[in-house]
Amino acid sequence: MSVAAARTRRAHGRRVWGQRFVLLGPGMTYWLVFFLVPVGVLIAYSFFRRGPYGGVIYEPTLKNYARALDPLYIGVLWTSVRIATVATAVSLLLAYPAALFIARASSRWRVPLLVLVILPFWTSFLIRTYAWMVLLNPAGLINKLLQGLGLVDEPLPLLYNEFAVTLGLVYAYLPLMVLPIYASLERLGPQTGEASADLYASPAQTLRKVTIPLTLPGIVAGCIFVFVPSLGNFIVPDLLGGGRTVMIGNVIQQQFLQARDWPFGAVLAMSVIVLMFVVLAVQAQVLRRTQEVEDGRPA
Amino acid sequence: MAARRSRSLRVHMGLLFAFLYLPIAVLIVLSFNDSELATVWGGFSTRWYRELVGNEELIAAIRNSLIVAGFVTAISTVLGTLLAIGLQRTVRSRVLDSVLFLPAVIPDIVLAIGLLSFFNLLRFTLGLHTIVIAHVVFDMIFVAAIVRTRLGYFDRRIEEAAADLGANPVKTFLLVTLPAILPGVIAGALVAFTLSIDEFVIAFFNSGPTSVTFPIRVYAMIRFGVTPVINAVAAIVMTLSLLTILIALRLTRPKGEGANGVGVTA
Repeated sequence: MSVAAARTRRAHGRRVWGQRFVLLGPGMTYWLVFFLVPVGVLIAYSFFRRGPYGGVIYEPTLKNYARALDPLYIGVLWTSVRIATVATAVSLLLAYPAALFIARASSRWRVPLLVLVILPFWTSFLIRTYAWMVLLNPAGLINKLLQGLGLVDEPLPLLYNEFAVTLGLVYAYLPLMVLPIYASLERLGPQTGEASADLYASPAQTLRKVTIPLTLPGIVAGCIFVFVPSLGNFIVPDLLGGGRTVMIGNVIQQQFLQARDWPFGAVLAMSVIVLMFVVLAVQAQVLRRTQEVEDGRPA
Repeated sequence: MAARRSRSLRVHMGLLFAFLYLPIAVLIVLSFNDSELATVWGGFSTRWYRELVGNEELIAAIRNSLIVAGFVTAISTVLGTLLAIGLQRTVRSRVLDSVLFLPAVIPDIVLAIGLLSFFNLLRFTLGLHTIVIAHVVFDMIFVAAIVRTRLGYFDRRIEEAAADLGANPVKTFLLVTLPAILPGVIAGALVAFTLSIDEFVIAFFNSGPTSVTFPIRVYAMIRFGVTPVINAVAAIVMTLSLLTILIALRLTRPKGEGANGVGVTA
């Protein structure tokens, strides 16, 4: 290293703190003030009495939490967890083979294929959900098609039920499942699978005992990207559930905008936050486990 | 055996793309359908587009959304770019990364009501400004993630060379670093713009009666009843955002680099 370069490096070292301040300061401050503080306010609101027109009266109470234990709300929470879980599982089943296909495609095709998978995700969520209202309704295309083919006599009740909501969530978040799984398959490379084949493992065995366990971090990340936003979703159950399939997001929305019981809405949001941290903790655990397996592997 | 398996994977991939794109394609086709019924083809027509242009409420909502997205893009591009460089260069911590990324992971309704409670506490009147503040929270994070991808390809020795030639840090940044990562910054800005234009839940909770944005208006139209005008709106929105995102993805990585630029979205 030249003397000049060494001097630059030392000067660089002195500048690091100043740099941190200038570079990270504005964004982190914004993050603290408009993300962490609002979430903190929300948590605080959950311990106060409701105000007459939204907002709170500053008298501490635990009544909101007691009320959330009502079987009605536990039931809604359970429905939400169930729907989000099914949507996650279906997405995983659809996404894994797709990710596998992309990872095995020639390098020229990988990027275009990935772009095609992710593209819909970046477009209007509302309109993508609306598309399914058009397709699923009793006079919609799918029912007309099924009737035209003589497969059904009566229109099937496809819209405004749990099926429609689950389908809508899968449609919305599927791309988020493909990406991380693809990333971990790419990181794994083809060599591990080849080694397994050399040791006379059948393709199915290789997939089950080698590929899937080693891409577990990608699978778990994908599951989180689908599960968490599904759990708190309110557009999909609102438009495709039609008030019949109610998820926790609908009740939160209703408490905030119609019933004007913000503290209770805040309590329900707390349940979403807690569940989110539970799945994030599971992810951390899986990552640690996989890291240990990889480290234990002879180089 | 292997050939059969790869063929079934190919079929699966094809079906998956059909699943992802057919609903969008159907909306676009229906937007040109003269009939009001989705299942009857009444001939090609642009009447729904003409109705859309005459819909003053919708036009006003589009104007509001453009104002919001303009401010959001400007603010989050600056904050996000600085954040990206800061994270890349000074603090290397996966924990910090994932904590900072929380606004993008947390269900939007939680962020929406958190901000609503916060604005209520501060006695802020709700309006376009509150939507701008809210959108920057998550847009800034997306910009940071995208710019970081581009930064990963940046050779810092160029900066050292600039410093050796007597450029001060600000000059180095403006004349060397920024031009090199500019495609990433533009990509981040495009994504920020699209996300803000399309964002519904947070805007819905944090808007006042006079600050109806485009997605809020579209939601009201959908709730009111499915009309083909929505199909025309959908066709325009889908086409524009697909194009914008394609450009953004193209800009994220230098020519000839691997697929990592796409992975940033996750």
